[in-house]
Amino acid sequence: MSAVLNPHGHSGDHAHDDHHGAPVGWRRWVYATNHKDIGTLYLLFAFFNLMFGGVLALAIRAELFQPGLQLVNPELFNQLTTMHGLIMVFGAIMPAFVGFANWMIPLQIGAADMAFARLNNFSFWLMIPAALLLATSFFLPGGAPATGWTLYAPLTLQMGPSMDTSIFALHLLGASSIMGSINIIVTILNMRAPGMTLMKMPMFCWTWLITAYLLIAVMPVLAGAITMTLTDRHFGTSFFNPAGGGDPVMYQHIFWFFGHPEVYIMILPAFGIISQIIPAFSRKRLFGYASMVYATGSIAILSFVVWAHHMFTSGMPVTGQLFFMYSTMLIAVPTGVKIFNWIATMWKGSMTFETPMLFAVGFIFVFTMGGLTGMILSVAPIDIQLHDTYYVVAHFHYVLVAGSLYAMFAGYYYWSPKWTGVMYSETRGKIHFWWSLISFNVTFFPMHFLGLAGMPRRYADYPMQFADFNAIASVGAFFFGFAQLYFFLFVVLPAMQGKGEPAKANPWVDEGGKGAEGLEWEVPSPAPFHTYETPPRLDATATRVIG
Amino acid sequence: MITINVRKTIKNSAQRCVQRAVAASAFLAAWVSTAAYAVNDLPGGPGVRQYNLHPAVTKVAEDQAWLHWFMLAICLAIFLAVFGVMFYSILKHRKSVGHKAANFHESALVEIAWTVVPFLIVIAMALPATKAVVSEKDTTNSDLTIKATGMQWKWGYDYIKGEGEGIAVLSTLENSQRVMSNSGGPKAGDSTDDYLLKVDHPLVVPVNKKIRIITTANDVIHAFMVPSLGVNQDAIPGFVRDTWFKAEKVGDFYGQCSKLCGKEHSYMPIHVKVLSARDYSAWVSGKSKEMSAKADDPSKVWTLVDLKARGEKVYAANCAACHQTTGKGGGAIKALDGSAVVTDADHAKQITILLNGANNGAMPSWKALSDTDLAAVISYTKNNWSNQTGQIVQPAELQAARK
Repeated sequence: MSAVLNPHGHSGDHAHDDHHGAPVGWRRWVYATNHKDIGTLYLLFAFFNLMFGGVLALAIRAELFQPGLQLVNPELFNQLTTMHGLIMVFGAIMPAFVGFANWMIPLQIGAADMAFARLNNFSFWLMIPAALLLATSFFLPGGAPATGWTLYAPLTLQMGPSMDTSIFALHLLGASSIMGSINIIVTILNMRAPGMTLMKMPMFCWTWLITAYLLIAVMPVLAGAITMTLTDRHFGTSFFNPAGGGDPVMYQHIFWFFGHPEVYIMILPAFGIISQIIPAFSRKRLFGYASMVYATGSIAILSFVVWAHHMFTSGMPVTGQLFFMYSTMLIAVPTGVKIFNWIATMWKGSMTFETPMLFAVGFIFVFTMGGLTGMILSVAPIDIQLHDTYYVVAHFHYVLVAGSLYAMFAGYYYWSPKWTGVMYSETRGKIHFWWSLISFNVTFFPMHFLGLAGMPRRYADYPMQFADFNAIASVGAFFFGFAQLYFFLFVVLPAMQGKGEPAKANPWVDEGGKGAEGLEWEVPSPAPFHTYETPPRLDATATRVIG
Repeated sequence: MITINVRKTIKNSAQRCVQRAVAASAFLAAWVSTAAYAVNDLPGGPGVRQYNLHPAVTKVAEDQAWLHWFMLAICLAIFLAVFGVMFYSILKHRKSVGHKAANFHESALVEIAWTVVPFLIVIAMALPATKAVVSEKDTTNSDLTIKATGMQWKWGYDYIKGEGEGIAVLSTLENSQRVMSNSGGPKAGDSTDDYLLKVDHPLVVPVNKKIRIITTANDVIHAFMVPSLGVNQDAIPGFVRDTWFKAEKVGDFYGQCSKLCGKEHSYMPIHVKVLSARDYSAWVSGKSKEMSAKADDPSKVWTLVDLKARGEKVYAANCAACHQTTGKGGGAIKALDGSAVVTDADHAKQITILLNGANNGAMPSWKALSDTDLAAVISYTKNNWSNQTGQIVQPAELQAARK
């Protein structure tokens, strides 16, 4: 990314950027304290993990292409599903959103940088040893953990040493997330430019503010659960070990008390990105800004009281099942409000469909399908049929891939001109969008049928009747994987090399002056190394700098 | 000379290339074409390209299927309404057709409406679901109580109360299925309709009787799932949970363990055989007689030949999946052929491993098997392949070791 790769290359009024001698070469990245550099590091790290996790997924799909074991044995298969989940959740989606936050929050609120620049560096570099620990666990005796990403006890007690390294890795990632969240909260609450009140703040900042609180609330809970697992494994405790009177179901409660808010941690920033893009390309203000903020807050609060819907088959009493069924259904209300608001924003707009808008509309369409299957799963008696089947796999890939990942693609196409100073190729963006959308649905739509027919998830081999839908899903998965390779090679790489038409300060504004709004578009493209070193004076809407 | 040699080399390598290409494409073709096996619907199990829930055999499963249709209809209506509006807007309100952007960006009335209406829809969904939950969880007044114990990787069924009390069966995937899976899946000509669903001893129950299933587990969490009966209940070690079903049809119904339980997770199916009251009574009396005849006296002293013959069967049913019929194991699975533990004159070493498991449960505990079965399988491994030790382990040794 040229802006980032060359901090000295700016001209004009930002020529004094390097007055304090920004480090160059590898030092620039290892000692990075600039929010833009760290944002770039996070994004590249996340993309690398997306590819790594994707390769694991393709190994799974290749094995499942037809019945029988051909490529991997069942132990390795379980390791693949486990590591695919852990790496995608903790290594790809979460860091990618932190990358977006680093790049965009200071630019959007008119701050010079993140509040704690060195802490920011530490949060990023902590992730590297953690990722290495996770990735190398395949080479430890007994292989990688094979418990599923949920790490249910007491299966975790049977794992080899890789379980311990993975627990350590998750501790590091959790610490990194908590530090990152503190940084984001402090930045947003203290460093907004004068005039940018909370209720004038861009939606992306709002959703991240709420996400950061969720992270601080639940990462320690995960840390607790896995620490108890660790002491059960090595220090003779019996928190979850039934042989010593422990309770494996307690693990599930603790894990999902983390796990469900975690799901929203992975989707709320996506809502934020979409809430920025839809108005920009509809040339109309976001409909119901205040209700968007309240809906986000409601989703966050509700996320703490729905966790046991992941455990409808664990044998809860009737009242427990009913409570968690009702609370889960309730989440549909604020989520629905968001979707209605987006559509109302589009209504009577003046829409154009550049790649960011395509991904945003694609997001609404496909994410809503995931939301509706979520409604179906929330009904406890139906969940009895679908629990731990491929229906659930389809559901959460519709919300995490078509949700979080599509929002990130939308965000990339929307903001990369600001990051790199060059426009991506619209043709390539459109190819990437349609290729991803079609192959995604070919991969995951048949999984609904498999789940309804009762094919359990995490199965290395399956009855013959499931063969055809599995074959289709596998073919789709490979096409989807190649689409992301295409994205990297033909969209991201040229942009990083500075190839493409130079981007205007605000590339998303038409001849009539309508389009994207916000402080990030008030600085030149590529964004100079240092921006908003003195707080800007803002107009009444807090979207423009006036001197 | 040299040119001839070069030519030969080129010709040879070209031939090799062609051969390899042919072999590779043959492999690829075989790989792709096997996706089109001759396979039929399995009554009571999955159907070919089945795209909906299993046909219900119990009232509970019927309720679940009804609820699913009900929810699906509501969701489809919402889907059509929401995206009808969105795509209408996408078509009409675009810049390229000259639409000018309007200015509105809030409306209290509309916003309240689309908060309240979904809330009402949610309540409408919750009402029938509540009824189903309550009836699903009512396990009282059962006619027959059976304990289903999940084990790595098989099911144990103990008839605890009602007709057939005292019967105990271990239900394991037939080894032929596991072998088929390992060798790359069924080949043309294999019987494939019940691939991975075929067990040695099904769970036999009478029709139209309320069967209460108590679930528990010996090692890790398993789940007892039979879709057409509408049951899916985790089996949790150290705890008992229960569920119930009342099958309204005789027949065979299939399910699989649905909670990840280790490496053989895909290989512990559930087969429920529902019989008429008369057939069930006949099965119970047959089974009881068989069990009392088979009840082994652990103090009986066996000859090596008899014990080995019995051990071979026990081995095929329980051990061959991992250690292979050759005893060579593979990967992380230890070989038994030539193993120091197996050939050791100290019987206690092998007995301890079988009773308690080893390597953190990678080798599970087999204490659910009887003393005679364990003694037989140990004697078999001590006297098979290259392990010709001549040692014989009697059931009494196992009985003593358990204490």
